[in-house]
Amino acid sequence: MSLQTKHLSVSYGTAPIIRDFSEPFKTGQVTALIGCNGAGKSTLFKAMAGLSPMKGHLLFAEHLLTAAEQRQHIAYMPQDTDATSSLTVLEVVLLGRLGKLGMRLPTSLVGEATTALQTFGLATLENRTLNEISGGQRQLVYLAQALFRTPKVLLLDEPTAALDLRHQLLVLDRVRTYARDSGACVAIALHDLTLAAQFSDRLIGLKDGLVVAAGTASDVLTQQNLQAMYGIKADISRGPSGKIQVTPLHAV
Amino acid sequence: MSSALNTSDALTEGAAQAAPAQLGYRQLIARRVFWLVAATATLAVLVVADILIGPAFLAGGDVLQALFLPSQASSMVRVIVHDIRLPMTLMAILVGISLGTAGVHMQTILGNPLASPYTLGFSAAAGFGAALAILTGITLPFAPWLTIPLAAFVMCAAAAALVFAFANIRGMSPEIMVLAGIATLFMFQSAQSMVQYLASPEVLQSIVFWLFGSLLKASWNNVPIVAACFVFASLIVLPNLWQLTALRLGDVRAASIGVDVKSLRIKLFAVVALLTASGVAFVGTIGFVGLVAPHIARMLVGEDQRILLPMSALTGAITMTGASVLSKLVSPGGVIPIGIVTALIGVPFLFFLILRGQRRHW
Repeated sequence: MSLQTKHLSVSYGTAPIIRDFSEPFKTGQVTALIGCNGAGKSTLFKAMAGLSPMKGHLLFAEHLLTAAEQRQHIAYMPQDTDATSSLTVLEVVLLGRLGKLGMRLPTSLVGEATTALQTFGLATLENRTLNEISGGQRQLVYLAQALFRTPKVLLLDEPTAALDLRHQLLVLDRVRTYARDSGACVAIALHDLTLAAQFSDRLIGLKDGLVVAAGTASDVLTQQNLQAMYGIKADISRGPSGKIQVTPLHAV
Repeated sequence: MSSALNTSDALTEGAAQAAPAQLGYRQLIARRVFWLVAATATLAVLVVADILIGPAFLAGGDVLQALFLPSQASSMVRVIVHDIRLPMTLMAILVGISLGTAGVHMQTILGNPLASPYTLGFSAAAGFGAALAILTGITLPFAPWLTIPLAAFVMCAAAAALVFAFANIRGMSPEIMVLAGIATLFMFQSAQSMVQYLASPEVLQSIVFWLFGSLLKASWNNVPIVAACFVFASLIVLPNLWQLTALRLGDVRAASIGVDVKSLRIKLFAVVALLTASGVAFVGTIGFVGLVAPHIARMLVGEDQRILLPMSALTGAITMTGASVLSKLVSPGGVIPIGIVTALIGVPFLFFLILRGQRRHW
């Protein structure tokens, strides 16, 4: 079972951003989306989440998703962590289950939201407002919200961009655990290729809205593909765990 | 493998804090409900004061007798209390809650702390409509008392339609709505000035008095109309309180958790137009309440619209009734138009909250 895109295309005016994207996102697995700035990663995620117009189709378990089903089943976490809101951290997490919120909140629901915060070590911040916490903490709060929603498909746009090294590892490990435990399809846009290789089951490399390569880390993270996608030379090796490590050397 | 286990353990740290965390949320809600109760009590005190105080210098006992034992009160006192003071007080409350809620809706759907029915030209349009009706002297044959309010209401609705038409071309983005609103404000202000320029001194006096905003125009004819508009608007808004709360995360995040942002914005925009039009049509331009009441409410109870909305309504009502009381106290034997004193009531309290507050609220 998987989420499958079929000939998905997105344009801004006459400029094509994503072109004929047809790739599977398997359940229980993490798929990493890699590519340079402007490659189309965020646009692809927004289109898949039903937030921007697209051509083509999206199928889940061979069933064609309607726009409403896209919004219902696919959770998308944007990359920006700006906030001008004085919503509290707990309220933000609760909003993850928007459809279940009424005038009175069940104690069990608040308890679950609190637990979601504890999962990311944020329990002590629950009554702080978004304005009062750091960008990295906001990123963790939004991630807690996305997981609290328990979506069938989770699209994370650079979820580790504002995080320190420790929290990058914590978050990616949590996301991978969620995919495996819940059987959800998880896709993550990442710039750190070593982390992408370490935490994903499959990688898709984009350049100018086209798929350059897709497959396992060893299939995608090659000198040729990195030069095509990023215009760089890199040292590609295997670390102690056997996972691929990429060290950028210079631009070409 | 061991590293994965280690990271998982690290992520679940603090699990023992579950019970205190829930308690914290309950305490937060309790504090917000306290502010709601305190605001309701404050409004009750001001309502009593507003009914007791007036240029007729009636004794408190006589006023209470006219209220609760009307058959035993003198006809003069009964008329003053029932036909003048009560409608004025009720109108102050209704206009306050209408503008308070219109303001909080406007700031929420536009994501802009400066947005209000006044700053987006709705009040200016109402003023133009009223000024035009006064200048032309046209009256409705079946209800002359409704002529000026109806003209104000229609122009307010026209301003909303104008802003909507421009914004809709560009997908109802907040930036375009604000720009279109500001353009509308200047256009109707200019039209209003033109009408005033063309008016004779006597007509100009009437126009200026209307524009000041005064509760003296309140009556048992128009109070139910404003109340009905508010109830209708509330019925539209109440099922969307959590969606409105989510909108404060920004359009993309709100949409990503299931909010239909565009249709919500259109719906609330229509509600704001209705609330503003009904709020200002009968009493004139009240420019301050819709801007500041939501800010005061937000500082006290946060962004949860289940509590923010009633708190903003109460804050608006407190500002209006407080201004009504002050307008009578400042000038014993007379009543200063309420539009002149609303800012005098709200601004000091807003400054106090800004200086005292530790948190950023926008």
